[in-house]
Amino acid sequence: MANGTTVAVDIRNAVKRYGEFTALKTISLGIADNEFFTLLGPSGCGKTTLLRMIAGFEDVTAGEIFLYGEEIETLPPHKRPVNTVFQNYALFPHMTILENVGFGLEMLGQSKAQARTRAGEMLELVQLSQFAARKPAQLSGGQQQRVALARALAPSPKVLLLDEPLSALDLKLRKAMQIELKHIQRETGITFIFVTHDQEEALTMSDRIAVMSAGELQQLGSPRDIYERPRNRFVADFIGETNLLDVTVDRIDGGIAECVLDSGQRLSCEAADSVAPDSRAHLSIRPERLVLGHDPAAPALKAQVRETIFVGTDITTLLTLENGPEITVRSSNSARGNKRVFAPGAHAFVAMEPGAARLLVD
Amino acid sequence: MSTVTDVRTYRGFFTVTVLCLVILYAPLAVVTVYSFNASASITVWEGLSLRWYSDVFTGPESAKFKQAAINSFSIALIAASVATAIAVTAATAIVRGGRFWLRLPSLGLITLPIMVPEIVLAVATLIFFNAIGFTRGYLTILVAHIAFCIPFAYLPIQARMQGIDDTYEQAAMDLYASRAQAFRRVLLPLMMPGIISGFLLAFIVSLDDFIITNFVKGAGVETLPTAIFGSVKQGIKPNIMAISTMLLGVSVVMVTISYVVSKWDNTK
Ligand SMILES: Nc1ncnc2c1ncn2[C@@H]1O[C@H](COP(=O)(O)OP(=O)(O)OP(=O)(O)O)[C@@H](O)[C@H]1O
Ligand SMILES: [Mg+2]
Repeated sequence: MANGTTVAVDIRNAVKRYGEFTALKTISLGIADNEFFTLLGPSGCGKTTLLRMIAGFEDVTAGEIFLYGEEIETLPPHKRPVNTVFQNYALFPHMTILENVGFGLEMLGQSKAQARTRAGEMLELVQLSQFAARKPAQLSGGQQQRVALARALAPSPKVLLLDEPLSALDLKLRKAMQIELKHIQRETGITFIFVTHDQEEALTMSDRIAVMSAGELQQLGSPRDIYERPRNRFVADFIGETNLLDVTVDRIDGGIAECVLDSGQRLSCEAADSVAPDSRAHLSIRPERLVLGHDPAAPALKAQVRETIFVGTDITTLLTLENGPEITVRSSNSARGNKRVFAPGAHAFVAMEPGAARLLVD
Repeated sequence: MSTVTDVRTYRGFFTVTVLCLVILYAPLAVVTVYSFNASASITVWEGLSLRWYSDVFTGPESAKFKQAAINSFSIALIAASVATAIAVTAATAIVRGGRFWLRLPSLGLITLPIMVPEIVLAVATLIFFNAIGFTRGYLTILVAHIAFCIPFAYLPIQARMQGIDDTYEQAAMDLYASRAQAFRRVLLPLMMPGIISGFLLAFIVSLDDFIITNFVKGAGVETLPTAIFGSVKQGIKPNIMAISTMLLGVSVVMVTISYVVSKWDNTK
């Protein structure tokens, strides 16, 4: 966060325990005003729990959460300028779609007519105007999700919490809604806290991403940071596709680490702070930053092709390195990429772009 | 369903079923049919007539029955309303009140009176009123009816409420509704079928209660069941059958409404 920006949500050493079970282990992070912030992590890592604590449906076991400088415990849910798109939508089943969307406005003291007009506009935004008079049970899952979005947006909250709001949509609609959401966020300046377990969605939409696993914050940074400079093995593995090779660090010299693969081959890469000489570590190399060739030009790794997979825009080659480790190479299916296709069983050499490998500990 | 496990293939199933239905409904059928009898005898059929129905409204006992009907219906209405309100409050606390240590005991205590023999309740209620020096009359009947109607109103309400996900109320509060508004605008409408069903059940139970009423009523205050019992003691006349048939009609209608409402879904 740059200096001078307002902090919308400030989480300080927050812990959540359910009896013996610790759902969140001491999390600290600040979310800036107007930010598109994403909580990303596998199922059960505590994303919903953290959102519910911000919304006020779970109390904070230890630590503090501040909402625009106010300690959150002092505000009951209905006094927080926060709206939620619930993971299970939670649309009021006895109200029509229009009444659902207008509910928040009515509770804020607007007249029924005013609430209705604004609700109508919100329904137009999510392209559901023709369903205004229906009950939620008469809508598909994806339509309900969009109603939930319209309902949460209608009162123009300062912070919008979105718990996997696009999970029920098909790919095409999801892509369209991603763009629409990003657009709405930029237009309205509402702070979005977006939960997803889809890393691609997180990378496309966010200003910043917090990667979580098992109740812990693994890394906090911009999509680029997280993709290109994962801090540990979990993040590298969870975000995008990567090759993880076990290595022993031989020596570190001037910020460059010399690593030895189990096959005895040597590779050098940028050293990481947490790695000491002689320790075991992982090299993470993105498949698109590897190049396949016929010539043994150093520092290339000798490998045997197992499979070549054509995926339209890309060609993915699966190989086995000497001594067993498997590696994936992806090249673009275009004039720029090397379109060379290797037959299974053929020998090839895998070369690395400079700076492509990243040294990680567990 | 597989034909092997179908109970209809069990030997004697049909006979037993018919036997049960006859035992259950034959007396009701007899009363209903003979209420339209033209004869003053309750056993000799002399042809169709509405004589005894008009006797109920205009005959020598009509004033007594009219007063009893007014008492019965007003007590049933008030007792069912109050019991339902209490049941709604109790269900909200027990289903939504989190895990407080009295939760299970309260659930048991609320529904226990249904299982207790009514005569025990009647004696206990009478002793209670005597102990606090409450003069027996209309009010004692009303208070007693409120008390024993609560579990009947409670059960359908609780059943309905358990099926309502608490994220609806959270969503309401997230949208700036206070606890009270969330209750009134979201939880209450969703509970409504259970509430109506509970109310109707309580109404019926109050309307046809005899044992407790007979214990706690004061001299001269009668409800329909006690008035009927009083008349029957001087011999069964066909006008009793007419009243009984009308009461039966009211019960059937109420129970049917209660059943339909409990299946009713205000979310479609
Ligand atoms: N009320 C509760 N009591 C006990 N444990 C709970 C409770 N709510 C959640 N948990 C546990 O806390 C952990 C985090 O749950 P949470 O719902 O936050 O996961 P999530 O990251 O949102 O997962 P998903 O992507 O599947 O929605 C889980 O292991 C869950 O079992
Ligand atoms: Mg979740």
